Parts: sequence; structure tokens; C-alpha cells
Amino acid sequence: MPFSHKHHVGGLGIDCRYCHTAVEKSSSAGIPPTETCMSCHSQIWSDAPMLEPVRESYRSGKSIQWTKVHDLPGFVYFNHSIHVAKGMGCAVCHGRVDQMPLMYQQNTLFMEWCLDCHRQPEKYIRPKDKVFQMDYKPAEDQMVLGAKLVSEYKVRKLTDCWICHR
Amino acid sequence: MSSQPNLPTPPLDLDAIRARLADSKGPQFWRSLEEAAGAPAFQEYLDHEFTPGTAEWSDGVSRRRLLELMGASLGLAGLTSCTKQPPEKIIPYVTSPEDVIPGKALFFASSIPGPGGIATGVLVESNMGRPTKIEGNPEHPGSLGATDAQTQASILALWDPDRTQSVLREGRPSSWQRAQIALTELREQMLSTKGAGLRLLTETVTSPTLGASIKEFLTVFPEAKWIQYEPAGRDNVRAGARMAFGEAVTPVYHVDQAAVIVSLDSDFLVSGPGAVRYARDFANRRRDGNAGMSRLYVVEPSPSLTGASADHRLALSSAEVENFARALAAAVGAGTPAAASKATEFLKAAGADLSANRGASLVVAGEFASPAVHALAHAMNAALGNIGKTVHYVDAVEVDPADQMAAFKDLIGEMNAGKVEALLIAGGNPTYNTPADLKFEEAFRKVKVRIRLTDFDDETSAVCHWVLPMAHPLESWGDARAYDGSISLSQPLIAPLYEGKQLIEVLAVLLDKGGREVRDLVKEHWRPQLAATTPAFDDFWQKCVHDGFIAGSAPAAKAVTMVKDLSGALGAAKSGGSTEVLFRPCPNIGDGRFSNNAWLQEIPRPLTKLTWDNAVMMSPATAQKNGAVNGTMVKLGNAVSGPVLIVPGQADDSILVHLGYGRTRVGKIGNNVGFNAYKLRTSSNPWVMNGVEVRNAGDSQVMAITQEHSSMEGRNLIRMATLDDFKKEPGFAQEKGHKVFSLYQPYEYKGYSWGMTIDLNACTGCNACTIACQAENNISVVGKDQVNRGRSMHWIRVDRYFEGHLDAPSIHHQPVTCMHCENAPCESVCPVAATTHSEEGLNQMTYNRCVGTRYCANNCPYKVRRFNFYLYADYETPSLKGLRNPNVTVRSRGVMEKCTYCVQRINAARIEAEKESRRIRDGEVITACQAVCPSGAIVFGDLNDPKSKIARAKKSERNYGLLTDLGTIPRTTYLAKVTNPNHDLAPKGLAKPAHGEAKG
Repeated sequence: MPFSHKHHVGGLGIDCRYCHTAVEKSSSAGIPPTETCMSCHSQIWSDAPMLEPVRESYRSGKSIQWTKVHDLPGFVYFNHSIHVAKGMGCAVCHGRVDQMPLMYQQNTLFMEWCLDCHRQPEKYIRPKDKVFQMDYKPAEDQMVLGAKLVSEYKVRKLTDCWICHR
Repeated sequence: MSSQPNLPTPPLDLDAIRARLADSKGPQFWRSLEEAAGAPAFQEYLDHEFTPGTAEWSDGVSRRRLLELMGASLGLAGLTSCTKQPPEKIIPYVTSPEDVIPGKALFFASSIPGPGGIATGVLVESNMGRPTKIEGNPEHPGSLGATDAQTQASILALWDPDRTQSVLREGRPSSWQRAQIALTELREQMLSTKGAGLRLLTETVTSPTLGASIKEFLTVFPEAKWIQYEPAGRDNVRAGARMAFGEAVTPVYHVDQAAVIVSLDSDFLVSGPGAVRYARDFANRRRDGNAGMSRLYVVEPSPSLTGASADHRLALSSAEVENFARALAAAVGAGTPAAASKATEFLKAAGADLSANRGASLVVAGEFASPAVHALAHAMNAALGNIGKTVHYVDAVEVDPADQMAAFKDLIGEMNAGKVEALLIAGGNPTYNTPADLKFEEAFRKVKVRIRLTDFDDETSAVCHWVLPMAHPLESWGDARAYDGSISLSQPLIAPLYEGKQLIEVLAVLLDKGGREVRDLVKEHWRPQLAATTPAFDDFWQKCVHDGFIAGSAPAAKAVTMVKDLSGALGAAKSGGSTEVLFRPCPNIGDGRFSNNAWLQEIPRPLTKLTWDNAVMMSPATAQKNGAVNGTMVKLGNAVSGPVLIVPGQADDSILVHLGYGRTRVGKIGNNVGFNAYKLRTSSNPWVMNGVEVRNAGDSQVMAITQEHSSMEGRNLIRMATLDDFKKEPGFAQEKGHKVFSLYQPYEYKGYSWGMTIDLNACTGCNACTIACQAENNISVVGKDQVNRGRSMHWIRVDRYFEGHLDAPSIHHQPVTCMHCENAPCESVCPVAATTHSEEGLNQMTYNRCVGTRYCANNCPYKVRRFNFYLYADYETPSLKGLRNPNVTVRSRGVMEKCTYCVQRINAARIEAEKESRRIRDGEVITACQAVCPSGAIVFGDLNDPKSKIARAKKSERNYGLLTDLGTIPRTTYLAKVTNPNHDLAPKGLAKPAHGEAKG
């Protein structure tokens, strides 16, 4: 089932949280139920052949199966909610989703890559109200603003093994 | 390489051990007979990192072959690493249910009925619709937030792949539709005869809703009969109450109100109704060793955990226990005939203590003690003015407090006479667990229609025409009574995995009232009874379901009057003398209902530390008399034979066997484990059998006993004092004369600093912590052979120590987990930094880094690290995947693991706290072991928060660490035990510990 974030996010300007409802509450950001798709697609493009699998899912009660793109190993425990709450933008890890016709993994998700930020969050942190903004550009003085935000948001540099592995 | 574990083998000279222990230079605390003997084999055993044989391949692979295999796996490892993971699918909901947030657990209140139908209130954790962990319900009177080991393990029973998975007709798969047709036909047939020949056999029912349904069944079929039978039921308790009061009232104890408690063969702190609550109440009165500390006397034939918690314990055969009860009753002026007991000193002391504490004392009779003992206990409580103070009575919690054995015998008689047309058996397993003399199966085969509602395709199902899968309590709606008679409610956590139904649904078919939800049946049962007092009933009911019980439903205390003269009912005093065999349900697997539960099979039985087996347990003297050592096979009568296990503290000439073993048809786990003691049991005296011939069969059997595994070589680990000594010297547990210095500056913990204390004064050794830990942390089971090689995986082991005399030792428990040492010896030897220290003081174990050198375990003085020698985790069985805690890695082969202080719970609390930019509050992180502990012995928290419970506990003068002279600075410490012995009774081996002196 091809899904274009470029169209939905970039084109239509739908907020990440419209579909990924758990991102501020839970470890998982949440993949939307078919119902969420149908809240629009029962009205628009309601006959589009491309959307038949969505309608079929809604009719039959069988889930749509999505391919996992950002797949962490089983021994890594990542939590979306705390990252979002501490000013870490979606695009920092997931890239410019609003420009991706099909989702792809922009970053390695290697431990080294995680630790880069866990050791120096000031390099990537942004104001909380800009977390869901796709086209946010880091400030010129990111390291100054970053340091300020890190202290303001009480961001701790957690690098113990058991923060992620347990 | 040896293929058999090289265990220190007997023979042991018990006389020599006895002499060594009596000698003041002998060991004060000892873990096993081998240790007490100072046997060279035991010394050799201690010198090894693991039990000898632990590290060896068990299938006899040569060293050369091993290297070949290693070479191949290294090559394969090179091929497989650094590749992308196999593609995974995300499967979202179609319509998202309310309140479900992916990745967040929900908790639902429910109840788990235990033996005797008594419910414990629980909160069940549900991860995305999968029930994964059971916690106690803090608001439920029978739980107060804790549960016992069996309740913890019942989550595994839900996911057990061996459960009955479909309707069976004559052993072949069928369907509920067909079963329904058959049941409807049966109904039509039975209506014409008013139910003559229709019988319903259940276990004990305390559910009022089910009771009402059964009553209706008996109204529609007036000639039908309902029989209850449980092999380890409470017939004696009811008979004793009838003897004393003329009716089968249920006693409810207030252990916290009692200054002096005498237990007559009662294990009230650990088993039976209300045990979880009683353990808490008991501990609360003894925790701080304050002036109001209660005193517990226990007389019992075989050591129980309550006996181990006693200030004074006396081993008496069951006949002698009754004589003791008679004599004690006469001594406290209960108006019963005088009697003689050989325990004169003990009797005098206990009697005087009871009499001096009128209205604040308590006599408790054990579930399996004779009715006379119960009646005498009631008489004593009445005479001592305890009724209404330390004990009150309520109407029987059972729907029908019948004499089960009598009714069951009648049923078998009727079956033999061909009077039973159809028998519906719900639960239970009478083919397996009926006393041998009743020959149940023979009679049962004469019944024309045999229907069974069951969770397993077991011994009874094998001879049934219809086998119907029964819903697990976590798949069911329902109500049941708690120990005090209050109403607990159950709600399903998951739809029945295998189309299981509840008895009430099957009855509805027979009553032609099918189609109604059980949820509504329960609600509508209570509406007429509660609507008068609660006008907004629907809202009230919603709250009750949410809370897991009906608030204020505990029945009021019932006024009881003692019968005028007990002497007639009591009959003549029993004479002991000949060898007796006692039958008791296994503390782990009960009467056999948990036989297929691998957690309960593998967890060492309390006191004996035996796993995966039952044994013929006898005292050292009785073993000597029979020429037996541990493992010697003996025949009991002609019916059963089993290995001898010597249990110090068992009454002489009293042999204990546990029921629940020797199953032949239950599942992969429970089949052919141990021997079936039901084959020896008789219906006339199901708890004790006199004059059984014990014959030494000559051969022997290996038992998997963990008592010597992970020994810390008898250093000063258990510290205890009497209340008087404690008052004189509150710091008795502290090391004297030793101060450990370090050349390094201590690390400064700026954020959190986690720590734990375990109060040995409260710990009863009940194993609940170990099972809770297993459930929370996805800990694997390894099986008997691997346990025997010292490879059990439990993160908490409960060490048992004997103290003093070989024949009458005191018994102590000490749960040992990872100590999270400040200077952890394991960390410095890991070549790959897989085990490291966190900024919060945790000793971290990172599985994905571990390469399995086992250096860490080698260097751990506490022996708490566990290694996955094989792939113990079951990655294949689908239902077991549903059981797992999604927040903890399922460890693979070749990886070390150990207690994490439930770091997943710390992390969850930290994330919530960080979101609100605050510190984690005290009590926000509760480890699994802490939550489950009935007596509240375990405290966990942030040492940097001076107001926290843990900071206060660490300041206790009783606080001490294990092996602190090594400079490890453990974060888990213990609060020393304080006992409250009676001056008039010479304490046995209660020597004051030598400070800082390594003894034994």
C-alpha cells in the first residue's frame, strides 16, 4: 500500500499528530487505524481504485499491513513521547518526511548516531513549539540557543546502557 | 567431560552431623546436611564458580568437536552481522478501541479464585490486549497490593499451550454447536425424569451468582444433585466449626491484634484463605521489633513457612498435635477434658502466654488438622475472650458448606449402583485426585453420559464423552468471596483463547436460558440485592467492576455460641506411636492444579529447595531408622514409591508426601513429574495415614535440589537477635571492628541513587518475589536436568538456612538478588564492557554486548548472575509470545543476565517525571518483587531522597550488607531478624551472632 507523506504532510499540511496520535504519550508514535484514513477518504477520493485496500480493510475489519521502515532491533527501547516533550523535532530523526513520496529511512539509527545527540543534545534541540514543524531550520547560533534550551527544558544527557537496552 | 553432574553424594553420617552441630565450635547456620557435615565433597563443590558440571556440554561433545562448531558459528556470525533486519509489518487497528494507547499498559481489576474458591483481588496488566502480569489490588482486603506465588503464576496458566483447545467428542475434535445440541438433548431427557440420575460435580463454589444458577438448576431438575469435591478441601475446617458452634461458620483472623499466637499445624501466613493479608498483618506487628511485637508458637508435624517464622516451633506428629491442642485447651480453661501431651514445657509456656493475653491472643488451627483441633481452637479463642477481637466469624463463605468427602462418596456409590445417568464435571480432576480406595474411574465409567468442562485434556477428560474447554479466570466474568466473605468481582482481560466457556454458561444451556452474557448475569444477580441501598445502581456497579470488588460487602461479624460440652464430640484422645504418612498439597503446584505450570514446577519448594519432584520427606532420625539417605527410593505400602528427602525439623516417625505429582495426562510440563501420592490416600482419613509400611527399595534417584547452589560459604549472612538483646544493643547487626577503606574517591550520585532493603523480620520465604520477577522479566525455565547442573535462571533465589540442632533447627530465609554493588567485582572483569555501572548506581547488564565469557559470574561473590547456557527462551510457541513483557528483552543463548532492579519500571517512571520536569516521586517505582511481597519485606527507592522510605529503612539500626568486608558496598541490604522468644522456654540454638566473625 503506497502512502505519500509528501502529499499528506507537504501538500495538505496535515499535522504529524493527526495520524500518529500516541507520539506525545507513549513509546510508540502509533500507526493510524483504518478509521483515521476513512475520516477523510469516505468523503474525498472515495472511489479511487488506489484506495480500495483502505476501504476493503474498513469493510472487512482486517488491518492494513504496513511495512516497517524505522525498525530498531528488539533489544533497543526507544520512547517517542519523551523526545518530543524535550524539543526533539520529528524531522531530526525521520528527515523531511514532507518531501518523501514514499517513506524511507534517512538516518542509520546506529547507536553511534543516537549517542551523538544523547551526548550533545544542544546540537539538535529546537523550541518545543517547532517540534512538529517539518521545514524548521536550525538557528544560526544553534549551539547557543541549543545550550539555552537544554537547560530550560532540563534535558539530561542520558548515556547509560540501560536507558535504551534492558 | 562428565555428562552427569558431580553432586556431593551421600552417605552422610547423621550422628556425626548431630554431634558437630551440638558442639559449640560447629556451624551456627547451615544450608544443607552436606554443609553441616563439613563433607569434603561439599568443600570441593564450594570451590567452583558454578555447580560442577554447570559449564560442561551435556551431550558429550568432545573438545575438538566443540572447537569445530565454534569455528563454524564464528564464520556464520561474520556472515549475519551488519545486515539489515528482516522486514517487519506494522498491523494497526481498523477502529481503535477507547483508551488503548499503543505501547502503554492498562490495568484492570479482577479476581483470581484460589483453592477453595477463595478470591484474591488483583490488577492485571494488559499490553495491547495481552494480559502479561498480575499485581495485587491495593484496595482489596485480601490482597492489599500483594499476591502469592500461585496467583502470580496463573498468568502462565492462561497462556499455557497445553490447554484444551477445542471441544472434544470421544476424543475427536468437535464444536460447541454440536455440544450444545447434545446438552439440549440431555435437558429434554432429564426434564422428563425431573433430573433423576443427573449429577453436577464442581470444586468448591463461593460465587453467589454461580450459586444462584446452580440453585435454579436444582429447582428445574429437582431430582438432580450437586456435589462439590476438592482433594485438598476445607472439610476439616467446616467440621471443626460445626463441632464447636453447630454451624460451618468461617473464621476471619485479625493477626495484627494478637500479641500471642499459637498455630496448631496451621500455615496461615503462607497458604489458605487470607494468607496474603495475614502475612502483612503479622509483619506489621513485628517489623520494627517494638514493644508490641507479637509472639508466635507453632506446633506442627512438618516444617511450614509459618513454622519457620515462629519464635518457638515444636515438631509433633499429627496425633500429638491433637493431644497438644487438647492439653492446651484444658490449660487455658476452655472447659474441655484434661489431656496429656508430651510437650510439657512448651505447653506450659504457650498456655501461660495465652492466658496472660486474654482478648489479645489467638489460636489458629491448620486447614488439614483434624476437626477436633479446630473445635478446640474455637473453644480456646472463646475461653480467652478473643472472639470479636482477634478473630470473628462470618457465615460460611462457601455457597454450600457441605461435607464434601461424604457427598462425593455418596456420588461414587450412586455411580456404582448405576443410578447416575449423566455426570457433568466442571474443573477438578477426580480420576487423578480421588483417594485410591474410592476407585473413581471404575465407577465413573458406569455413567452413561460423561461431560467435562476443563482447562486440560487430562486424566478425567480421557474417560469423558464430551470435553468442553473451560475459560480461564482471566477470560471470565464472575464473582467470588474473599477470605473475609466480601465480594470480589472478575472481568475478562482477553476473549477466551480457545473458545472456553464458564460453568454458568453451560448451565444456562441446560436451563434453556442460553445467550445471556455472564457480565449481565452477575450484574443482574446483585441488582435486586443492592438496588435498595444504592439508587444509582448502574453507576455504582460500574465503580465496583472498576474496583474489582463490591465496597462494603464484607459480611458483619456473626454472633456464635459455643456448644455446651465439646467432650462428646471430641471423643477420646488419639494415640500416636506408629509411623504416620501425611498428605498435603504441594506448596507450589497445589493439589495438582498447577502441575503443568513450569514456573511453579521449577521454583524451589520452600524449605526443601526441591524442584521438579516430590519426595518422601522424613526427619533425620526416621531416615536413619529406615537406612535411607537423600534420594533412596522407598516404597510406601504397595501403592507408591518415591525418593527420600531428609527434612530437618520434621517430626520423627511422621512422613510427609506432597500431592499433585505423578500426572500422566496434563501436558508437556506436568506429565511424569514425581509420584502420585493419591494412590496411597484413603477417603476415611485423607490427611494422615497410620501404620504405613516403609520399605527401602535399594535403588536411588537424583533429585534437583538447589539448596547448595550459589552458596556463599556460610559467612555471617543471617544476623538475628532476640528482642531483649536487640533492645540492649540495637546495633547488633553492624560489623564491629572492621572499616572498609578505599583509595579512591567515592562516586558522587547527583541524580538518583537506587537502593533496596529486604527485611528478614518480615520475609516468610514464600517465593512470591521469585515468581513475580520471573513474570515481569521474561525469565526462562530450564527443566530438571539443567536445574541439577546449577543452571536455574531465577534472578531472586530465596536462601534457606537452618540454625542449631539437626533434629529441631530454627529456619531462616534470605532472598538474594543482584546487590548492585558500588564497587561491583563483575564490572571490572568484563572484557567487552557488557556490564557497567550507571550514573544512578545500577549495575547494568547489556545483553547485546555480552559475549558470554562468564567472567562476571565467576567474580560475583553473591553468585547472583545467571547464564543462558542454551536457548532456554521459547521463541517458537505462539501463545508464550503473548505472555511476554514487551518492555524486557527476551534473552538468547550465550548471554548473562541478572536482577535489573526492574529498570524498565524505573525508565517508565523517569520518562513520565521528565515530561513534567520533576523528580521521580517516592513510591513511583515499585519493583515487581516489592509489589508482590505479602509481608511488605522489600523496600526500594531513591537513596538521595532523604524522605523516601528506602532512605529511612537504610538508617535502621538493623540494616546490614552481605560480605561487606570485600568492599563491594552492596546497594541491596538486609534488615536483621529480631525474634521474640519466651524466657520460660529455653531457646534452641538461639545463640547471639558473633559480630563480624565468619562461622561455619
